[in-house]
Amino acid sequence: MAIQRVVKPTTRKGKRVLEARQPITIEGPKQTLVLHGRKTSDFIRLGLKDLYRLKKPDAKLLSRNNDITIFENASPVEELCRKYETSLFIMGSHSKKRPNNLIIGRMYNYSLLDMVELGLDSFQSLADFVGPKITLGTKPCLIFNGPAWDQMDELKHLKSMFVDLFHRENVENIRLQGLEHAISFTATADNKILLRSYKVLLKKSGCKTPRVELEEMGPHLDFTFRRSKLASEDLMKQACRKPKILKVAKRKNVSRDGLGTLHGRIHVGKQNITSLQTRKMKGLKKTAEEKRAEKKQRKRPLTAETNSTKPVASKKRKVE
Amino acid sequence: MNAYISNIVDKSLRETENSITVNKHLQLEYDLGTLLATDINSLDLTRLRKDKNDYTKQLSRDNVQLLFNEIWRLPTDRVEESIVAKLPSSNFVLPRSRPLPKSKPLTKWEQFAKAKGIKKTKKTKQNWDDQLNKWIPSYGYKRAQADKEKDWVLEVPATSDPMEDQFLKKKTGKRENVAKNELQRLRNIAKAKKIKIPRLGLTNSELSSAKELQTAVTLTRSATASLGKFQNKLPKEKEGRGLRRLMPNSSVKSKSGAVSTWDEKQNNMNIVNSVISGRPKLNVEKAVGRHLKYSGNSDDKEETSKKSQRSRKPINTKRKRSLQKNAPGKGKKKKETHKRR
Repeated sequence: MAIQRVVKPTTRKGKRVLEARQPITIEGPKQTLVLHGRKTSDFIRLGLKDLYRLKKPDAKLLSRNNDITIFENASPVEELCRKYETSLFIMGSHSKKRPNNLIIGRMYNYSLLDMVELGLDSFQSLADFVGPKITLGTKPCLIFNGPAWDQMDELKHLKSMFVDLFHRENVENIRLQGLEHAISFTATADNKILLRSYKVLLKKSGCKTPRVELEEMGPHLDFTFRRSKLASEDLMKQACRKPKILKVAKRKNVSRDGLGTLHGRIHVGKQNITSLQTRKMKGLKKTAEEKRAEKKQRKRPLTAETNSTKPVASKKRKVE
Repeated sequence: MNAYISNIVDKSLRETENSITVNKHLQLEYDLGTLLATDINSLDLTRLRKDKNDYTKQLSRDNVQLLFNEIWRLPTDRVEESIVAKLPSSNFVLPRSRPLPKSKPLTKWEQFAKAKGIKKTKKTKQNWDDQLNKWIPSYGYKRAQADKEKDWVLEVPATSDPMEDQFLKKKTGKRENVAKNELQRLRNIAKAKKIKIPRLGLTNSELSSAKELQTAVTLTRSATASLGKFQNKLPKEKEGRGLRRLMPNSSVKSKSGAVSTWDEKQNNMNIVNSVISGRPKLNVEKAVGRHLKYSGNSDDKEETSKKSQRSRKPINTKRKRSLQKNAPGKGKKKKETHKRR
């Protein structure tokens, strides 16, 4: 009888693909899926394309319209994100009720984590700005202006989402001359968010640090905050769990004070007080007799041992 | 004099143009690992309303300048004729896209090997065969061919039946080995996924463990009319563990599966309805019989005698026989142990 085996990939490539889809400890940059909703306006289409261009090596642009209302049912987007292996998505749509709609969302383990809906009020594309653009895949500087970013709960989430969307990947070193892109997010009091993208020009300042000048590069987007669906605290906590190897082990007994001085605490064994050398006094000195007695005492235990061994040996002999 | 003043003014203007200092009421929050700066100073609303783009540009420039001042303060290094700054690790917590990978549970062999300190040794891909006088692979392509060449004749062991087909024996042995490996693999998978596998039904003595065999023995012993009460035991024989619920003579009732809430409700409702409706259940046969008895039909002696016989109750109804309660086996023992505790 043939044994029914567990289904395995038949080809080597299939095996590799399945292996690549397994979760890994340290993840690379998140991929973004840019897609269109049921209907899109010119505005939205250009906006999506520009966002795709900003994200480019880590993004995938889908050109067809998808009949998806994500706030009612998120599963089609989840499926698309699973298909393209992306954990971020930007969906644009246009309707009478919500004109020029942009939804930014994140996935955790192929299911929706959180999303926000933004209305696009005004837009100028990359092409509208004359001048040099940045090189592909540059890590941008992210600037958040306005007190609202730290005050409103929804904006806190949106900030996290924007950082997730644009920060690219964690790097150890960065080339100083390669810092040429800055994206600023300004949250105004009337629930508007202004996204500006600038090319950074480094000018001479007479000291080591250069003087920064900005030149608007596009895209230029003004958003209003619409609906949002935020992750539950539990899920977010679960999603933000850090791998053990990235956690820094706590250094014991070492601390730094306010002035930056390093303090260490060391443990020394108990001191033997009996053998401590104290002040020498004539009165406490041993007399010649005492010394002799001590010498004798030192010798005695040895003689006692020899005495004790002898009878045992004789006993043994007797037994034999 | 005028030229001198204008010179000073020019110089100071140039300095402000080229300066890298920016004044802020509140300091910015930086996360240099992600090249992130957050400015929580309140915005100048009049300027924002008047000229939004210029104001945001000016504001962003100041903040980028502040961020760059911080970055340029970081330790630098020279890599291929360019200066790189060493970024600290980022503190901004972002969600992962997939959960952390779980470590694979060890197989039974791996567990054993770990406990005993057995290390995997790499086997060579090809082995020299003295009989064939050539290198043969230890597995895979051309291995079966080599085996066939090698085993063109097989020795019949002195202990075995001379008429036994040694080739067939070898073939079945190999097949059984493969099956055993597969079973063990599946068992490891079940163990890893914490799936309960049936404890019985495996009667191959070569494949089953001592534990499984003991379970089988214990259960089969109960398959007599007296539920194994009079079966003999070997001295010092242990019973299979965790079988109390499964045994037919056990006093511990096995838990029935969870009843769905709908079913439970339906059952309860039926009971309640029958009580509430208040209509007594009419046993027609009984009623007719009673009617016949009391309505002067007593002339017919035969019938009454028959009825009386029928209505007579069995003698021993009050004391119900129950094997489980009277059985001197586990039930009582268990009670005793409870008392002791």
